[in-house]
Amino acid sequence: MNQPPAVHRTPALPDASQESSGRITRATLLKDLRLEWRSKDAINSMLFFSLLVVVVFSFSFDPSAEESRQIAGGLIWVAFLFAAVVALNQTWARELRNQVLDAYRVSPAPPNSLFVAKVLGNFIFVAVLEALMTPLFIMFYRLRSLGPAWQLLLVAAFGTWALVVNGTFFAAMSIRTRSREIMLPLLLFPISIPAILAMVQATSAILNGEGARFWIVLLATYDLVFTTGCLLLFETVLNAE
Amino acid sequence: MTADPYLFAAYAATWIIHIAYLTTIVRRYARLKREIEELKK
Amino acid sequence: MSFEPRALALSKLVTRNPKLPMKIVFPILVILTGVLLSYAMYMALSPNGAPTEQTMGMVQRIFYYHVPSAWTAFLLFFINLGASVYYLIRRCPTADILALVTAEVGVVFCTVVLVTGPIWARPVWGIWWTWDMRLTSTLVLWLIYVSYLFLRRFSSSGQTPVLAAALAVLGALCVPFVYFSIWFFRTQHPQPVMGNGGSIDPRMLHVLLLNWLAFSCFAFLVCWSRFRLEKLQREVDEAHAMRSLLDEPASPRSAR
Repeated sequence: MNQPPAVHRTPALPDASQESSGRITRATLLKDLRLEWRSKDAINSMLFFSLLVVVVFSFSFDPSAEESRQIAGGLIWVAFLFAAVVALNQTWARELRNQVLDAYRVSPAPPNSLFVAKVLGNFIFVAVLEALMTPLFIMFYRLRSLGPAWQLLLVAAFGTWALVVNGTFFAAMSIRTRSREIMLPLLLFPISIPAILAMVQATSAILNGEGARFWIVLLATYDLVFTTGCLLLFETVLNAE
Repeated sequence: MTADPYLFAAYAATWIIHIAYLTTIVRRYARLKREIEELKK
Repeated sequence: MSFEPRALALSKLVTRNPKLPMKIVFPILVILTGVLLSYAMYMALSPNGAPTEQTMGMVQRIFYYHVPSAWTAFLLFFINLGASVYYLIRRCPTADILALVTAEVGVVFCTVVLVTGPIWARPVWGIWWTWDMRLTSTLVLWLIYVSYLFLRRFSSSGQTPVLAAALAVLGALCVPFVYFSIWFFRTQHPQPVMGNGGSIDPRMLHVLLLNWLAFSCFAFLVCWSRFRLEKLQREVDEAHAMRSLLDEPASPRSAR
């Protein structure tokens, strides 16, 4: 019988790289959020951390003094900055513990989806922290906004995005270094200086009823430029040996 | 040239910084040379 | 005497001894640069060179060291950006060494700017620091490149070039934002301006450019030395690695 031998074909595996980046991003993001929600420890410690930060600041910068109300914008953002660093260090630490990064590198999923998912997850995380700290600040410092409050939300959104997009990128970088917890702020703070200046000036301006348009536009441009930059460079950094 | 202390301090500081950096280069170079001698053995 | 036999003899000498150009050229350049630096310093300090400024007097002469150092630092960081981008595209080790070298030397020059600035500001305006454009931008650049150097020191050697290059690109992207944010901040909160503001006496400009040329030559030589040191260091590291691979009794490594 001259029949050709039956060739055993493996069933075609779903090609992950052809799945839309959006779906991968959403899936990763949901996974992260679910993990955070399940590990109530992280949330509880973050809650307490927010309260502690506000209280310590209130003792350091006397809320009743008129000067403090002038610099309240700066105080709030410094507090947010430190909360963001703590949050960012946490999120990558979990990945590292389970060697998830190596799995991502090997999988055919586009690295940018992973990056966007991480940034969104961190953004939500830090936004929650800010939402917890803001009422406390308002209460302790008896803050009143003379300018439109919706602009404050805009500044908060752009500012947080700036910190988080750079922070996630540098967190991924600093994972490969010794002393990784200190490397993240070492790398993040210098580059974030223009954004921090903009956030603080915008917040102070709005609270005092002055115009903040320049700062908001600067922040938005900064977000655009650095999101693009980080997206372009993330794959390179992820695959660095 | 009037002896302005700040002027002197600025110029001196400049050269101190540069010489300090050059010193680190020279020292490392000497140490490397020694290592190379050891390696050659 | 015709030129040709001389050229031929010289090329024979060079081919037999390839390190010769460096052994001759480098010391010559060092001497030339030394002369240039001395002349530039004389011109900066003597009323024969740069005229004494009316309001500030002799202290203003710090300007001739402060500003060229800043320009040299910016030039070095610009080269760092170029080398980093080239490394990301071509993965050429020489580009990586060039990036490291220009970052280090750039930080040294930035330090000079940040030290001479306050020394100048103190007698003139009575304050140690001012949110002047040049001083503040230099501070932020200094911070960014110091963090770059920390990254290089703390990351494991295989990944360092890529990570550092990525950081350099992001740092460079940051520079226009630094400039604009400080510019606007200063229009809202007016600060003393260091330097001559607008017009500058041509004799002062001449001395300024002379010092810039001198410091640029100096920076080039320092970079060259550091480059040679780094190349040698990497060759030694490779030799050590080869040794341990071949399982020979390793010589005690001197502590880094």
